[in-house]
Parts: sequence; structure tokens; C-alpha cells
Amino acid sequence: MTDTMAKVPPLVPPPVELPERVAALRAEVRAFLAEELAADRWRPRADTWLSGWDERFSKELAARGWLGMTIPPEYGGHGRGALERYVVTEELLAAGAPVAAHWIADRQIGPSLLRFGTEEQRQAFLPGIARGEVYFGIGMSEPDSGSDLASVRSRAEPVDGGWELTGTKVWTSGAHRAHAFFALVRTSPKDETNRHAGLSQLIVELDSPGVTIRPIPLLTGAHHFNEVVFDKVFIPESRVLGEIGQGWHQVTSELAFERSGPERYLSTFPLLTALLREAHQVDEERLGGLVSRYWTLRRMSLAIAGALEAGQAPELAAAVVKDLGTRFENEVIDAARTLLPTAPDPGGTGYARLLAEAVLHAPGFTLRGGTNEVLRGITARGLGLR
Amino acid sequence: MSEVREMAEQVFADAWDVEATGLDADLWKTLEQTGLARLTLPEEAGGSGGTFADWVAVATAAGQYAARVPLVETELAAWLLHAAGLEVPTGPLSVAVDEGSDTLHRVPWGRAVGGVVVPAGDRVSLVDPASAQVTEGTNVAEEPRDTLVGARVVAEGTAPSTVAVEFPLRAALGRSLLLAGAARAALAMSVRYATERVQFGRPIAKLQAIQQSLALAGAEVAAAEAASAAAAGEAQRVGFPEAALAVAAAKARCGEAAGEVARISHQVHGAIGFTREHSLRLATTRLWAWRDEDGSESRWNRLVGARAVEAGPGGLWALLTGTP
Repeated sequence: MTDTMAKVPPLVPPPVELPERVAALRAEVRAFLAEELAADRWRPRADTWLSGWDERFSKELAARGWLGMTIPPEYGGHGRGALERYVVTEELLAAGAPVAAHWIADRQIGPSLLRFGTEEQRQAFLPGIARGEVYFGIGMSEPDSGSDLASVRSRAEPVDGGWELTGTKVWTSGAHRAHAFFALVRTSPKDETNRHAGLSQLIVELDSPGVTIRPIPLLTGAHHFNEVVFDKVFIPESRVLGEIGQGWHQVTSELAFERSGPERYLSTFPLLTALLREAHQVDEERLGGLVSRYWTLRRMSLAIAGALEAGQAPELAAAVVKDLGTRFENEVIDAARTLLPTAPDPGGTGYARLLAEAVLHAPGFTLRGGTNEVLRGITARGLGLR
Repeated sequence: MSEVREMAEQVFADAWDVEATGLDADLWKTLEQTGLARLTLPEEAGGSGGTFADWVAVATAAGQYAARVPLVETELAAWLLHAAGLEVPTGPLSVAVDEGSDTLHRVPWGRAVGGVVVPAGDRVSLVDPASAQVTEGTNVAEEPRDTLVGARVVAEGTAPSTVAVEFPLRAALGRSLLLAGAARAALAMSVRYATERVQFGRPIAKLQAIQQSLALAGAEVAAAEAASAAAAGEAQRVGFPEAALAVAAAKARCGEAAGEVARISHQVHGAIGFTREHSLRLATTRLWAWRDEDGSESRWNRLVGARAVEAGPGGLWALLTGTP
């Protein structure tokens, strides 16, 4: 009779208990953050992994060994595990610390270079990433390619000694300050029977001749997004990442790192802390509802870090947790709006300003790194529906 | 897959029956023989000495296959009796909340068990339902929830004072695991149905609207499974009163997931799922019943919220990470 049930695979890896050794690491990070806050070096904000660009802060982290943690020592890293990196990143995000400068390099560029980069490329970029001095953007989306990444039209033609790149990338956070990005480009014409073929990743140094970077202001008016135009940009053969034609496979692997971290549920956590600071009295049941969800999301997110540590690529679990987590980031804003009478005020101070920034950043939560609709498509495939 | 999980899956799946009602005596006999009953009770007390990781596997499977036995109740009763230094009888048992009178309300499987254990402070009593006046009732899943009046006390003992705090937590953890199992069952039936049901010339699973809905249900199932399993892990690691936040958060989250998974499952099944003949009800009516038993979202979220207020802005993150 049980043939009425489909075989549904495990949706999240088994629960993870953090090893005792990370307790000391966590305490060190907390002490450092407390010191920074006491010195008023920055104020906690929401969504700082997009908006909190602070190169001094990134270098301070690097000096303590908290960037490039999973990069092996021979490339300037620290050879630590995914769970140790997890503890550091969750502490930084929960505190609303300014982590944007190094975020992308540390999260996905390091792992991709380790997996697909040449020895020379690793030596060229990884030590700088671990020192908090080399910053990266993401070169995936284009004006006509968002969720449908395989439709990118930027193209590279083979020329003497390398490739000539033409096209446009958009929504490139931090491109005006970053040193480089991996551009996903077409290196052979589109084949409608195999849309994922003919794509490649090129390492583009953003000060190369022919690269033009223009700001695209966000809803807040702030400059984080950019348009990056390539006009016959020469990319030497030595800056091809991985293999020509393997871009789709490589970018999918990169997305596994991009999608799976605690920043996918913690972007608005500083708002909840601020709410507790601001409120004289708070609806405990409603607050408890938020905390129960945070607790659950954290356990799910940790389970993914455990799978990464074990060398797995938990694509389905990452999609599930990112969908739940990013929707929840919005729910926290709604609670923060309605539990206190303070109206959001972008020109204000304290809670009103924090709230305004969160409200105006919220649309991005469920778009970046793959829209929630795309993620649910991945879940649906995992369930056996497509 | 662990051996215990594999065995539990098989035992409960074999007992799955859409038509049957009442206590599944054959299943209970198997649970006794395989040691899946009284799983976490120490061996010297007549249990199997299993871990909470084993308990996750067994209780979740019981929930998934809508087992018609008081598995969780027996586990709780056995723990209470043992904590009070009393002998644990074999056979199905149940538990009830002391209300300071001779009436015990909504006793799970009260009509069908050999004993009901009633904790009151640090006192633990075993009463005999056969000696009581029984008024039969049910929850919305048609599981017996009976009223017992004047049940005779057959054994009594004193347990450590912490049982009063631990009892509702253990009950909520067990219920959370059952909920996670039932949520998985509803999802698995909905996925199956969507791949077979043809409308507009193709299986409805091919419609993006259905895929998106079931992906949302999948995320809720994932949350329920992760929360309940993590709470059990926490209980194993730090013990029960200390795992209060974990258990409270898990029961609240499983309760939320229950409503959403049941809603989506019925929406996907259409009219057939709304009928008695269809097996979906075995999962969804349990989701609706169990989310309110042993404390609804409201009760447990209030506990979590009170802890958060107590922790304050400086301690909230430490509360969540369990590391002061």
C-alpha cells in the first residue's frame, strides 16, 4: 500500500554538532568584534555583505587568519575546514560587520581557483585574497541574461596569445572597487540542442584596457551595482579559468559556494538585535516565532557546511535553505516594522535608518545568486517532478 | 542508512493500512520483538538502550507510516517509570497530565493500553485504565484521546524534581519527530500523485505552478526534519532542561510546517484528497492533530520569546548559537 508515496530523497544533510575546537575561535572573533564596536570603527547594519565595503576591516580579519581559511598554506591560506570558516562568517554577519570587500573572493573565488585554476593562477590570486588585499566581483548576469545564464552573449574570439572579449555584464556588485571577476562568456556559437556547451570562464582584471565600468544606483541611490562593458578586451591564454567549453560546469560549482552560506538567512539579523535594543516591551510570542525560525535555519545552514566540509556539493539542500532563508529575511523586516511604531527613515539615525536600508535592500534578497523561483525549480527536480 | 533506520522503515511501512482502525496489535508485537518499543530505555530496565539518533529514525518512521500504536507515549511512560525507580511493564502504555482531580483528559490510546503514567511534580503514578470509567474520544486524525475517571493507582514512586520540566519537553520532541514523518508522507504522496495525475494532456507535475508549490512544501518538510533531528541531537548532547530552547523551537517550527505541508498537499491532490477513501488523510489529519498536541506553536514560541527577551540584544546571538 505504501506505493502511494514517491521516493523523496533526503532534503538536508544530517545535523552537525560543531567540534569543541571551534569554541575558542568563536570567542576570539567575538572579542575582536566587541573591540571594533567599542572603538566605534563601524556601526552594525543590515545586508553588509553587499553594502559594507571596508578594506581596513577586511585586512584586520586577514591579519587574524580569518580570510582564505580553507585555502591551503602553500597559497597563503590557513588550511582550515568549512566548519571553522562557517563559525567566523556567521559571527561577522550576525554582528552586521562590514564584510563586502572580501566577501566574494573569500566565498567563491578561492574555492573555484583551487578547483579549476592553474598553479600560476592560484599563486597569482590566492595569497592576495587571504591577505584581504585582492577583491573580486561576479561576472555572470548580462542585460539579457538573468535567471537564464546559459543565454549569455558576451563572447570571446581566439586571437594570438589569448582571447578578445566583447560584451556587457550587469548588476556587478563592487566592480568599481574590485580587482577582477570571472566572466562567463561564449567561446563558441550557441547550439540550441546543447545550450550549456560552448561557455567558458575568463579571469578579467578590471583595469584592463577596453573595460568600462559604470555605476547602476540601487533603490537607495547607493553605488554598489555596476555595468561592465568589454570592448575588445584582450585576455591572455593564462587567464582562462579551467577549460574552454567547461564554463557551465564550472559556474554551477561556483554557485554551490555562492548559494550555501549563512548570509542567505542572516542579512537582516542586525535589525532584530536593534529591535530588542529599542523596544521597551515586545510581543514575546511573535519574537519567539522569529527566533525559532532563526534557530531552525541555522541548524539547516550548519548541516550544509558539514556536507561541504565532507567534500560534498549539497545543491538541493542549498536551494532549499536559500529559498527559506531569503524569504525569512523579509519576514524579519515585517516584524521589525510592525513590532515598533518607528517608521523607516533613510535620512534618520539609528533604528529608523537601519529599517529604511533593510526595506530598500529587501528585493535583492530573493533575487541574487539565483531567484527563489529558479531555486524551487532545483528543489522540484530533486523531488522528481521534472 | 543506519540499521535501526532501515528496520524501522521496513516495520512501519509493512504495517501501513489505509482501511484499518484501532490499535495495530500485530505491529505492536513486532515492535516488542525488534526492540523498537521502549527504544531509549536502558537495557537493564527492559529497554533497548538506543540513542536519540535512533529515536529520530524510529519516531519519524512511525509518523510517516501513520502507525496505529502509542509508540511515543510508551517511550515517555517508560522513561517516567524508570526515573521514579518503578518497574516498566511490557505492552503499550500511555501518559496523561495530572489536573489535580480523578479525571484524566484526552489520554492517548487510553482505551487500549495496559497502564497510564501520570507525573505530578516529582511524583510518578502508574494507573490502570481498566479500572476507570472510560469515555472514548479522538483527535482529528481519529486517534483515541479518551477521558478516564477514577483510575486506580497501581504503583507510585518519586523521581528527580527535573522530570516536571523534562516531561513536556520529551513529549514535544517526540511529537515533533512524528510531525516530521507525517510531513514527509504528505509530500511523498503529493509528488507521487502529481507525477501520475494527467490534466491538460500531461502530468500536473510538469506544470510550473505545481512544481513551485511542491518545492515550498519540500522546504517545509526539510525544516521540520532538520529542526526535530537537531533538537534530538541537542538533547543527547546537553540533556533535557538544557535543550529546552532547541525542543521548543523544533516543535514550533514543525507545527508551522505541518499546516503549510497539509495545505499544499490537499491543493495538489484536488477533490480526491478531500475524500475518506484516499490515503492522504492519514498524513494530513495527523499533521493537523499533532501540531496542537504537546503544545502548539503559540506555547513554544512564547517560551523561546521569553528566553530571547531575557538574553537581550547583547545575548540574542549567543542564545541562538548556544555559546555564551
